[in-house]
Amino acid sequence: METLFFLIISLVAIVSAILVITCKNPINSALALIMTFFCLATYYVMLDAPFMAAVQVMVYAGAIMVLMVFTIMLLNIRVNATRQQSHKVLFSIILGFFTLINTLVIIFKSRAALPTGPYSGDMIKNIGHTELIGKEMFTNFLLPFEITSILLLAAIVGAVILAKKKI
Amino acid sequence: MANFNGYLIISAILFSIGTIGVLTRKNSIVIFMCIELMLNAVNLTFITFSRYLGNLDGQIFVFFIMTVAAAEAAVGLALIIAFYNNKDTIDVDEVQLMKW
Repeated sequence: METLFFLIISLVAIVSAILVITCKNPINSALALIMTFFCLATYYVMLDAPFMAAVQVMVYAGAIMVLMVFTIMLLNIRVNATRQQSHKVLFSIILGFFTLINTLVIIFKSRAALPTGPYSGDMIKNIGHTELIGKEMFTNFLLPFEITSILLLAAIVGAVILAKKKI
Repeated sequence: MANFNGYLIISAILFSIGTIGVLTRKNSIVIFMCIELMLNAVNLTFITFSRYLGNLDGQIFVFFIMTVAAAEAAVGLALIIAFYNNKDTIDVDEVQLMKW
């Protein structure tokens, strides 16, 4: 049952990912990308990471994609069908195919280490995923968490400067 | 491990589709969306290995990747708007000021 569900979600994810790169209108690409993000959120739930699924839906499908759709509608670009793609389509497809082959070889040839960490599926279900993530983030990863705030401040300042009238 | 291979294969396929999109499309917003797709494929790999190894560090990394992606979206879209104000297009082939 779970395998069937996984296959259906995989089909939807791959088809909508292909739609992202083939649709002529950027709005359609954005909607297909939102569908892919929801499929990835489903994967996160299946991998016992419900907090990550919630963050995926809120941050990616919510905030980032709203920003992108807003920009597309603000710029109001006319779709000209003649000059959609550059001439290097065949080269790009060959390169992407080699990327796929390369990653698949890595997946099937590598030997991952045995599970070592203390966080099993039962433990996550009993204690709660959010609590475990929070404990980990505010103890072992406190310094990266603080540095992230500086990054966000720089992004805010950069966006405000770039959005001014004259560059 | 057989259970986790499927997630890794999906992640590899999504990453390759994102690569093809970045290399073929000319609309810079679509290129931007393909980069987000590649970032998400990497996130899926992180969470799969985090679950397999029973270690939460990978999920914390995904959290930071999402933060960086949000900052990148804000600054990148501001750049695209500034470019559109100057050139009246967002075609990446028109960005050739530094071309020799």
